[in-house]
Amino acid sequence: MGHLENLKGAAKAVNFVKQNGIYIVLLVLVGFFSIATENFLVSHNLMNVARQVSMLGIASVGFAFVLLLGGIDLSVGSNITLVNVVCGWLLVNQGMNPVLAIVLTLVMATLIGFTNGWIIANLQMPPLIVTLAMMIIIEGVAFLISKGIPIYGFPESFAVIGQGYIGPIPVPVVIMVVILGIGAFILNKTYFGRYFYALGGNEEAAKLSGIKVKNVKYLVYSLSGFFAGVAGIVILSRTNSATSNVGEGLELEILTACVLGGISVTGGIGRISNIVAGVLILGVLSNGMVLLNVTEFTQMVIKGSVLMIAVAFDCLQHRKTA
Amino acid sequence: MNILELKNITKKYPGVIALNDVSIDFVKGEAHALVGENGAGKSTLIKSCTGAVIPNSGKIVIEGEEFSSLTPQLSESHGIGVIYQEFNLVGELSVAENIFLGRAIRKGLIVNKKAMAREAAAIFEQFNIDIDPNELVSNLTVGYQQLVEIAKALSQKARILIMDEPSAPLTSAEAERLYEVVEKLKASGVTIIYISHRMEEIFRLTERITVLRDGQKIDTVKTSETSMDALVKLMVGRELKETYPQRKACISDEVLLDVQNLSGNGVKDISFHIKKGEVLGFAGLIGAGRTETAELLFGAAKITAGTVHLNGKEVKPKSPRDAIDSGIALVPEDRKGKGALMEMTIRSNTSMAVLERISKCFTIDLKAERELAESYKQSIRIKTPSIEQKIKNLSGGNQQKVIIARWLASEPELVIFDEPTRGIDVGAKSEIYTLVNALVEEGKSVLMISSEMEEVMGMSDRIIVLCDGKISGSLDRKDFNQETIMNFASQK
Repeated sequence: MGHLENLKGAAKAVNFVKQNGIYIVLLVLVGFFSIATENFLVSHNLMNVARQVSMLGIASVGFAFVLLLGGIDLSVGSNITLVNVVCGWLLVNQGMNPVLAIVLTLVMATLIGFTNGWIIANLQMPPLIVTLAMMIIIEGVAFLISKGIPIYGFPESFAVIGQGYIGPIPVPVVIMVVILGIGAFILNKTYFGRYFYALGGNEEAAKLSGIKVKNVKYLVYSLSGFFAGVAGIVILSRTNSATSNVGEGLELEILTACVLGGISVTGGIGRISNIVAGVLILGVLSNGMVLLNVTEFTQMVIKGSVLMIAVAFDCLQHRKTA
Repeated sequence: MNILELKNITKKYPGVIALNDVSIDFVKGEAHALVGENGAGKSTLIKSCTGAVIPNSGKIVIEGEEFSSLTPQLSESHGIGVIYQEFNLVGELSVAENIFLGRAIRKGLIVNKKAMAREAAAIFEQFNIDIDPNELVSNLTVGYQQLVEIAKALSQKARILIMDEPSAPLTSAEAERLYEVVEKLKASGVTIIYISHRMEEIFRLTERITVLRDGQKIDTVKTSETSMDALVKLMVGRELKETYPQRKACISDEVLLDVQNLSGNGVKDISFHIKKGEVLGFAGLIGAGRTETAELLFGAAKITAGTVHLNGKEVKPKSPRDAIDSGIALVPEDRKGKGALMEMTIRSNTSMAVLERISKCFTIDLKAERELAESYKQSIRIKTPSIEQKIKNLSGGNQQKVIIARWLASEPELVIFDEPTRGIDVGAKSEIYTLVNALVEEGKSVLMISSEMEEVMGMSDRIIVLCDGKISGSLDRKDFNQETIMNFASQK
């Protein structure tokens, strides 16, 4: 009996590590940078990390939905760029009320996502190609609007979103926490969130269970666009200037965060709670490397390797269970 | 002289004996038919010959050389070729390139297209086939593609050619041409192992026929000394051994489902009805149009003509959702591919078709969901420690019960069961039969598609037999008879 209990205990421990291993990786990283640099483990730097990752955290919620579906959305990075440029243009060139400008920009970001979803669902095109094409299109549009010249000079009230504090906590972090909460709620409590898993797990079975597959795809890609839009607004307010390359490469960082957080690239598996760890690992890594004076290009090598390892781990794990 | 001998071949899978001590010999230059119902063991037998399956015991003797098992390479190098139903051709390559795929004739590093075309043309000429070796395979019709497959096997010096339902995808003109090629192959000394459900061609082409049933060889007969009726008797001559649970007489006079001149999805102009409290069986061979009809009724395929009335009201299901809302449920045949959501829990799998019904403001009522899953776990006895288990951890029979629970939860009036007991154990089978009885006793109706003759006869009140997308026969319970059904199901 005792032996059996031990075995059960060991199995539980293994399971715990499997489920939460990502937090262990995070702790190891934090430990490493705390020892390697003097400036890492100080409260204002940690708050800085939290603020830096907030836009990554916000956008990764929508991206996680897309991955759960078994799809991908490469257009989120340039969607963020377009949001910056359009919102900046509305605020500065049109002198629009900030609230109205934000609402309009978010509608646009959502529509871009919806368009992706519509094309993928109705023309049965691979998501990779559709969103890649969309990425190039809206990158071009952003450039056409801004003509490559940064837009700045926003009303002061607009700066609150990216630079303000609620108590000791930066507003972007608050927004991120709220959005992560919404993401978790959608996945765990709503019926359409359940459909994301069903569709990603077995689209045919989902369809035969009466799920309207197309509608789910519209919704998921729209949400991906919407959350990218929110992330874009936060960035715009924080940097105080709209440039036409701000979102460059962000889609890959967001993808890395999701996969690190255990969202399977083959769809159907993943939780929001672990994405937090994925996002924090990327944030800690960036921050720590800067503190260690690692060059930008070395950082690219390391970040690319992290993505590769995370996906390899995901694939290995699912080959075993298959 | 025997070119190929199978000696006491046995192949066991967990829970089922696919081949039981089967011995057959094949003579050089003969066409030898293999016949039997779905699941009789024909496929396993072919796969043993090609090395795709390794028998548990027995010997395979090719021209005196003895093997206990083959590999695909060994099989090919000893002259065994197979024409499968699915062709292994590359559409964007030429006929000649396909024939010499993987063994291209080369001059140094460069592929010698001319030499390949010449050799291909020589093979075609020998069998009087008019195909241009330089044509792209994707430009050929199915019939010609099949001839390319045959030429490919011949170019690999095949002396034994196994053909699996070769005429099934062909038009009658194409089939004629195939028969001529088969005759020429025989004349040139090639042995043909011919698998078919079409009695007419078996009698026209073959010298001998071996009948398999339930993994056993029943008999090998000379074609000239037998008749179609005698053959059908051998194929189905089985005692009904399982007993099916009795149910109360519950068929009402009211018609629930009335289908008129339904077409689409390979189904051609079929009409039938089901009464309340009735179990209608759909019998027929695989591909006869049974599953295809179910898909039409369930909104999973497009209806091109005809009408469907449910309770006197016309329904036009455009999606499974429409069908579910009008009271139709489908327990699909391919549990893994179309039913179970493997990474999800029993609870989620059970509630999947009614999730929106148990939600308020988009939010799932988790308590109601748990109660739903628990109640079905109890009532149809799903064996699991918890409804929070993933469905992939259950046995096949229990997975099937969860899928059935999903459909019972949608409170349907008509439940379509497509091969409901395939691959599940005897105990779970009889529980599913009891469940079907309970459904019709409640006044619901059941459409049961089954390739197991016993099952469809044991469970149905009435049987409709389909063949080639059409209804070929209809029997009341008192007229149930295996031979009659088999006759309706086979093409003559």
